[in-house]
Amino acid sequence: MTTVSNTASGDASLPLNIVTSRWDVADGHTLEGYKNSGSYRGYAGLEIALSKSPQQVGDEVRAATVLGRGGAGFPAGTKWGFCPPGVWPRYIVVNGDESEPGTYKDRILMERDPHQLIEGCLIAAYAIGAAQVFLYVRGEMAHAQERIAAALNEAYAANLVGNNILGTDFSVDIVLHWGAGAYIVGEETALIESLEGNRGMPRLKPPYFPAAKGLYLKPTVVNNVETLSNLPWLLNNGAEAYKAYGSEASPGTRLVAVSGHVKTPGVFEIHQGTTTYRELFEDERYGGGYRDGHSLKMFIPGGASAPWFFPEDVDLPLEGRVVGAAGSMLGSGAIVVMDDSTDAVKACLRVVRFFARESCGKCSPCREGTSWEEKILQRILDGQGRPSDIDLLLDVADNISPGPYPVAADPSQGLAAVPFPPKQTTICPLGPSSVAPITSAIRRFRHEFEAKITKRDLIAVASASLDDRPLAGSAAGAAAQDGAPHA
Amino acid sequence: MPEAPKPITIDSPVTITVNGTEVTAQKGELLIDACERAGTYIPRFCYHPRMNPVGMCRMCLVEVDTGRGPALQPSCMLECGDGMSVDTQSEKVQKAQDGVLEFLLINHPLDCPVCDKGGECPLQDTTMSFGPGESRWVEEKRHYRKPIPISETVNLDRERCILCDRCTRFADEVVGDPLIHFMDRGANTQVNTFPGEPFSSYFSGNTVQICPVGALTATPYRFKARPWDLEEVDSTCAGCSVGCRITVQSSRNQLLRYNGVDSDAVNWSWLCDKGRYGFETVNSEERLGQPLLRQGDHLEPARWSDALAAASRLIADGLGRGGADGFAVLGGSRLTNEAAYAWVKLAKGVVGSDNVDAQLGDGLPAEAVLGLPRATINDACRPGGTIILLGPDPKETLGALYIRLKHAVVEDGAKLIEITPQRTGLARYAAASLTYRPGEAAAVIGALLDGSGTSESVAGLEPAAIAAAKAVLDAASGPVTVVLGRPSIAESASTIVDAATLLADRVDGVRFLSALRRGNVHGALDLGMAPGLLPGRVRRDAAAEWFGQAWPTVPGKDGLDATGILQAAADGKIDTLVLLGADPLSDFVDRDLAERALTGARTVIAVDQFLTESSQRADVVLAAAGFAEVSGTTTNLESRITILNQKVTPAGTSRSDWSIAVDLADRLGADLGFESPEEIWAEIEELSVVHSGVTLELLATQPTEGIVVPLPAPEPAPVESDESDEADGSTSEAEAPAVEAPDATDSEAEPEPVDDGPALIEAPELLEFRPAAATAVPPVDSYALRLVAPRTMYDHGTLVAHAPASAGLAPASTLRLHPSDYDRAGIGADGRVKVTSGNRSVVVAASVDASLPRGTASLAVGGDVAVTRLIDVAAAVTDIRLEAAR
Repeated sequence: MTTVSNTASGDASLPLNIVTSRWDVADGHTLEGYKNSGSYRGYAGLEIALSKSPQQVGDEVRAATVLGRGGAGFPAGTKWGFCPPGVWPRYIVVNGDESEPGTYKDRILMERDPHQLIEGCLIAAYAIGAAQVFLYVRGEMAHAQERIAAALNEAYAANLVGNNILGTDFSVDIVLHWGAGAYIVGEETALIESLEGNRGMPRLKPPYFPAAKGLYLKPTVVNNVETLSNLPWLLNNGAEAYKAYGSEASPGTRLVAVSGHVKTPGVFEIHQGTTTYRELFEDERYGGGYRDGHSLKMFIPGGASAPWFFPEDVDLPLEGRVVGAAGSMLGSGAIVVMDDSTDAVKACLRVVRFFARESCGKCSPCREGTSWEEKILQRILDGQGRPSDIDLLLDVADNISPGPYPVAADPSQGLAAVPFPPKQTTICPLGPSSVAPITSAIRRFRHEFEAKITKRDLIAVASASLDDRPLAGSAAGAAAQDGAPHA
Repeated sequence: MPEAPKPITIDSPVTITVNGTEVTAQKGELLIDACERAGTYIPRFCYHPRMNPVGMCRMCLVEVDTGRGPALQPSCMLECGDGMSVDTQSEKVQKAQDGVLEFLLINHPLDCPVCDKGGECPLQDTTMSFGPGESRWVEEKRHYRKPIPISETVNLDRERCILCDRCTRFADEVVGDPLIHFMDRGANTQVNTFPGEPFSSYFSGNTVQICPVGALTATPYRFKARPWDLEEVDSTCAGCSVGCRITVQSSRNQLLRYNGVDSDAVNWSWLCDKGRYGFETVNSEERLGQPLLRQGDHLEPARWSDALAAASRLIADGLGRGGADGFAVLGGSRLTNEAAYAWVKLAKGVVGSDNVDAQLGDGLPAEAVLGLPRATINDACRPGGTIILLGPDPKETLGALYIRLKHAVVEDGAKLIEITPQRTGLARYAAASLTYRPGEAAAVIGALLDGSGTSESVAGLEPAAIAAAKAVLDAASGPVTVVLGRPSIAESASTIVDAATLLADRVDGVRFLSALRRGNVHGALDLGMAPGLLPGRVRRDAAAEWFGQAWPTVPGKDGLDATGILQAAADGKIDTLVLLGADPLSDFVDRDLAERALTGARTVIAVDQFLTESSQRADVVLAAAGFAEVSGTTTNLESRITILNQKVTPAGTSRSDWSIAVDLADRLGADLGFESPEEIWAEIEELSVVHSGVTLELLATQPTEGIVVPLPAPEPAPVESDESDEADGSTSEAEAPAVEAPDATDSEAEPEPVDDGPALIEAPELLEFRPAAATAVPPVDSYALRLVAPRTMYDHGTLVAHAPASAGLAPASTLRLHPSDYDRAGIGADGRVKVTSGNRSVVVAASVDASLPRGTASLAVGGDVAVTRLIDVAAAVTDIRLEAAR
């Protein structure tokens, strides 16, 4: 395994309050609370933005290198710049369709600090010249939807959204859209399809970026909730202050959602690039250590589609490039901790089943392949496994995602975390996502598969009803885990 | 049967490397097509050359290197660029293709032995050629109820479906009827209809043809044959005048299926369901298998010799009494070109009567159709062009033309201006829709072409609506094509001709695409089946001398059209009325006149495939062979000639129309001079100016697209004199070269007109359209509604009624009214209304249709309530009054 030296430059002693400063404020979700609490004054960032030119606001964001927090880690300011000049109207679409198992940071952001997100939307809209913002919120997040709706009403009433905002000639409408519960809609082109009223299925590429042709075939910037929530603090404090956090390559803080077998799971704001997994799992400020009498067996370092990490990887810092070089990805920051009580085959099935159920059905390898994998894994757990099944699983995986998975980013060649050419026979990365847990589990725990197939593990088989034993431990901490796959 | 790539012109070539060999491709062409043209077939399921690619099945993955290293990419999504390098056979590609095929097969039921597709199944074929050979799947397969009907004719077996999106894309993109769609997701994804809404598209049969597995099957073919038992020939569908190219398939001398053939100029492989299932009409049990002779008040089967003897005796008796003027022929628009010519030669060249009309008062005057500058479908659909629809709803009457026009507007940026008395199936794609008051099309065109625009309402249209359409027309930079036909038979043909005249006079370079509907009506008109014309698109007076050389006689004066013939018959002036596959009682616009005519004609001879309402009243009925039972040629609405091939033997002892004409002529003492369709065509090619040079050999070189007549003039020699001096037509030699006069024994056609030959008689000139005086349209009576009588795809006509797949689809007659007119009419709870026009009336159900303009009512032709009972053929428009039905 290759490792990349950490290029941390940030000051670890700085307070972690860029996006989470109002989470513990009882009325932080109201306009009054937003203006009077937290690490900056609510809507002051908007006023600062409006006092500058859109170009200056964009430059500020680019200077701060705000990386997208949705998973791909693409710099937001650069993404804004992809809008072809002179083509109007432009749209901003906020991706609030967070639904990967173990990911629930955006939900908390929307529930606890909706005005922060709205202000972020306004700043982004001002910077790129969008007159309309669509807030696409996952269908199941009823509480977040209500909080945002209430906040939008307050903001409209206070002339913070709508026509001639704060007396200027800047006008923006923000539309709240409720999704209907499909994981694939987190893929930005599928989200746009869904927003247009079509079946949520990814669009074919090219065009590779919605910034060229997105919603209604107009230039569209799709940003993650957390990404936009960073903007008010950034405008208040400037790019230099922002870059004091985190590492050189990944400035700022980021939210990670820790679930599974730690004492205090929850969503935490951490220093990008400096905090390590070990801190995250063991530090009292974060996970608070493993359950008594148990030790770490494996963990998912960044979303269900990420290849698994094992105890020897816990000292890696949470930084995209480093994690990528180590053979996985930081993705959406969903970290699932599994201790020695976890059955690797079951955990593998749990993740694969999620992807099989969430496959949109558009392309053959994903539609048929993911459900085939699920069936094989279920059969192994049911005691009907065949010796050839392990190789079959690997080969089916290879037919969805040919070659070694994932092709780790190679920092020496300056490659980003998403490799080109794509190693997939599918249209989008959902199908290949199901491959990661399979290859991870088989590579490390082949003996567990073999034990089930040869029925040496009869006890495990007898208690194999997966639904009776949730993968993660009981929820505690700041928020309950939102990882139950949508059935 | 994989679809071949559509033909392309390479005007911006790029070089790509396919498996190490450099080939030339068009820049932007899809890689999958470029490879196939270069001889490397890439397997595929979802890709169809006539639909937008979706890249869903992933079967066509190949390794492509565009400079950043080889990567697996779907070749149906990649556009060719210079230097692109493709490997379609690498280990990686084979592994991916194996994998995809295995994925598609794991849940496929493999019930091939009982599947209609087995034997012609792309999934089977691709598995044989590219598949892994054995299955590793041991799980339970997906199960659904087998099959479910999704329309009257289409069955869906979701177990067999591989979710390629072909049918759903076709329904949505190609024909605009998005009635089937994907439902659910992941492995449970399925195609289905929306609850309670069947896939009732006029074009649903195409989904069966393009389904790459046996998931979609058509009721008329289901379990009828195995593909390896089918024999097939190519032919041209005769259901309407579009002339879609088809394969006619039969087994054991029975027609079983038509499939669309990709004619790039015409139907792009698509068919409408009425055409597709038209073979059922040929197979109908109701077909006449032998001639019938009247015995008192009923018809008795007879031998051919008796029937022909009786018919010729009746004709001869009639000629003896009333001369040639007492002889008339109605119909002929569903014959082959050869049969049309034989009958014209019999009527005009033997009997000497010009009372011949292939149309039944529901079309347009022949000289307008033939004399205005003509356009082809490709001309009309040219990217960036402007299309004016002044005719019937193409979706209802000319299905494949609708598909082409829709594609031109939606995909190729053509602009459509719809000028019709009610909205058509193209309305939602139109840049402007002008629903004019029936009869007043010319006023609308006048306002559109008026330089200053209008400030008053015209034909019931607001000035703003006209201004919007005018803006579209004024902005036209490409060609302007008028799709010209009868939008409604309740307004006279002359009102439409007036409108066309204005367009022809005042729009530079405008061309016309005829929208006359019946199968070979354009061939019949080209061959002189109209009064005042002789074969070759020439006027009788101009061509009399030319034909006088070859025919026993030539009519001495212009005859009567259908209306004139029926009027004369009603007045007792027609002795012998020949119905050539015509059913005037059902099809003539004025039923009352048709009734009186059939009563008034002394003798009626019907040549027909069925005993229709009219032929039941004939004295002699001669059983005619049907489609695919005869060979010959046909002419579509573009003047495109294609070859018809016989596939089965005629029903019973029925005989081809042309041989009936030959026998009748023989018994009248004349030899028509031909004994086969080929000989007839040779004579047509020789005598008909418009067909000159179009030999069967030439036609055989264009088996799919056929040949548009007339052939382009040979490169004219440089003309010295000023063009404007020639406008009076005095220099016609340059345009109509003298042709060697035919002599009776000559059986060999001249391949090309010879300029310097011994010119005995000059070939006649092609006719030009001469506008008549404008029709006066009566003012609107504010107590009346103006009637629209449009055609629908399915009606109670002969062709539909005898095809079980289509017969049940004819809608019940309903008078559609604007909501305010409906409320005003005081229609009772039963929804029925008495409709009166002059002294004619019918009782019919009424319904509301907000898309109709106020003051307009619509009742479709060919319903169970005959709208022709309301129409007076002498009136320019049909005004109706409504009262509660008792």
